[in-house]
Amino acid sequence: MIKETQILTHHGRQYIPDLTKARVPAPFRGRPVISSAEVDDKALMELCPTGAISKNPVSINLGRCLLCGECELAFPEKIKFTNDHIMATNDSKRLVVREGEDKRILLNPDMIREDIKQIFNRSLKLRQISAAGDNSCELELGACGNPNFDMGRFGLEFVASPRHADGIVITGPISENMAEAVQICNAAVPSPKIVVLCGVDAISGGIFAGSQALNREFLQEVQIDLYVPGNPPHPLTFINGILELTRVKFLIQ
Amino acid sequence: MTKDIENTLEIKNGQAVNLSEIPVLEYQEFHALVLDLLQAEDVHCVNYYAFPHNDILRFICCLADDRTQGIYLLSHIMATGGGLLKLESLTKYIDALHIYEREIWENFGIEFEGHPWLKPVRFPHDRYNGDLKVNDYPFYKVESEELHEVGVGPIHAGVIEPGHFRFTCNGEMVLHLEIQLGWQHRGVERLLLEKPKLLQRTILAESIAGDTTIGHTLAFARVMEGLSGISVNSRLDAERAIALELERIAIHTGDISALCTDVAYQLGTAVFGALRTPLINYTQDWCGNRFGKGLIRTGGSHYSLTDELIQRLRNLLDDFEWRFKEMADKAYSLVSVENRFDEIGTVTNRQAKLIGTVGMAARMSGVKRDIRHSHPFASFSDIPYSPVILEKGDVYARYYLRRLEIEESINYIRKVLDNKRYFLSEATSPVPETNLNLSPVSISVSMVEGWRGEICHCAVTDEQGKIIHYKVKDPSMHNWKALELSLRDLEISDFPINNKSYNLSYCGYDL
Repeated sequence: MIKETQILTHHGRQYIPDLTKARVPAPFRGRPVISSAEVDDKALMELCPTGAISKNPVSINLGRCLLCGECELAFPEKIKFTNDHIMATNDSKRLVVREGEDKRILLNPDMIREDIKQIFNRSLKLRQISAAGDNSCELELGACGNPNFDMGRFGLEFVASPRHADGIVITGPISENMAEAVQICNAAVPSPKIVVLCGVDAISGGIFAGSQALNREFLQEVQIDLYVPGNPPHPLTFINGILELTRVKFLIQ
Repeated sequence: MTKDIENTLEIKNGQAVNLSEIPVLEYQEFHALVLDLLQAEDVHCVNYYAFPHNDILRFICCLADDRTQGIYLLSHIMATGGGLLKLESLTKYIDALHIYEREIWENFGIEFEGHPWLKPVRFPHDRYNGDLKVNDYPFYKVESEELHEVGVGPIHAGVIEPGHFRFTCNGEMVLHLEIQLGWQHRGVERLLLEKPKLLQRTILAESIAGDTTIGHTLAFARVMEGLSGISVNSRLDAERAIALELERIAIHTGDISALCTDVAYQLGTAVFGALRTPLINYTQDWCGNRFGKGLIRTGGSHYSLTDELIQRLRNLLDDFEWRFKEMADKAYSLVSVENRFDEIGTVTNRQAKLIGTVGMAARMSGVKRDIRHSHPFASFSDIPYSPVILEKGDVYARYYLRRLEIEESINYIRKVLDNKRYFLSEATSPVPETNLNLSPVSISVSMVEGWRGEICHCAVTDEQGKIIHYKVKDPSMHNWKALELSLRDLEISDFPINNKSYNLSYCGYDL
């Protein structure tokens, strides 16, 4: 017992007291800012492995961006990835960061279904579905419940059965082989329910976009309540996105 | 033996050679030679695959010899088109080869006569027989009124990847476990050919298994360096080895935490779980991503270790070491934990050799198989690593092996950091390549000991230096079979601790 107490004392308090104010230190690559510097647009677009960059004006679509940072390395005067991890949104248009913009990506309050805040304000149980995810998103979602991030404090939890869940969180680009399982699992979740796409692979297919091994038809049939960019998203990106979606009081300034 | 080797081409880990230098044998001769070479304890097959080129199906077999640090390449060819294609099975004689022949059968429809069970591997989108779907896979059945089946998956009761486990049980006891995978298939090998840019391919390699980003990307980068004749400096080699060992320490620590969870030892869960965090946060401080995405690039690195990062790494390891030891001394001496792990899910030395386990799943059962030692790469050729070998092959051995490997890896990183040749010099890592000129009609084989075990990547180029085949082998290809064997005659409730004790990759297997 003495030994255990000693370990606990050394272990200390691991939890992050305020998850909404926590910062991820640089060189973490979060929301990019694009300057008005003149660069070879074509070369910049050509460089991006997923075609996330477009021009007129130069913009980066975080639904496609792998946050690999290669564009910043090649064009440091044009692109800078900040350490701002607040990137989740319910409005796919807000995933696009344009030249000259430097503001936080938040949810569009007008697009949040009213019942979400009424019902899930204090508790939200989610069924995670790995649909050909590479296990980095899955590990980060697992970390959301660990002693550091402890999302359980907000009544947020991953549950085993879709019957116990208030929604699904999809990671991975959705393979053909998983397509049916995703449908069945979503159908098993009682309504009202939410659908979250976690990670760039889920949002756009990421580096796997265009692969014949995928079947993303499911996404045509449902309304997406939250997009969480990142490859994988940082636990704080996910937790803050979910809080913004479900809390009556907005927490992030 | 000497004559045998004359019919093969011996290369080193990471080397590229002209495809025409590999002797093309008649199948009978190939068959006999593979069987003969594999008689030796220290030789095992690290890859065997086929690829179509100009109406010919070419088969390449890579046998690694731990005595010589060499890899023997053997080859045979077959005309495609028309008629049922049949070959005599190698698995009939050497069980460990079952997975390779199943893969070739699934991809190209070659019947291997005498193969005990041509069972689908991963239902790839470009498979030979597209009629059978993964959801309709007929599981192995035992007819009896006494028995019942338990099906789990593809979606599991946790935040983990999908796969299906089918248990045939007699009451609580498991007679047989069959694992069928394929739900994670994303077409990685095909995309590695279709996506033309080096950066796209590198990111694909990072995504083969996101928990083994460093291991797989390093194997990829070394294949590319082999094919383009780039030799990297020792500084970069050292940084790569450090990244690889950090990945190992972080994942092993997380796995120990998860094992504690499954036997309801909460203190272990919390403390080991929290110990993993500063390790992956360090990787983020190094390269901007907690899993090391962005860190490994062909020919160089964007993130050379600065003096400040080196000092922080030393401090991190010092701090981690005593905290880990304090917790481990307790967690590894608790009777309640030991009682749940000891003599549970044993895979004997004989079984491990038969099914050809690699990495931790080999070393837990007294099979000395570690690429860092047998076919050294990066700084492992300069600063040797001595593998940790245990004998019992049970859950406890897998639990304990992780602790010992963490300790070894910490020591290894320190040895690398202390080596003046690497880190007191002014030299930094070179800038990564953006475009490569790959040598035409060549093949390169690269092996890396990731935290799960031996990763093997092979690439083949055509006359224009374009990659026409890319083969990825994750250690899980061999080791899922060990999990199946572990469950024999065990209570079904012991499945979670066994599964956790291996922590195998679904996406690395499904590709």
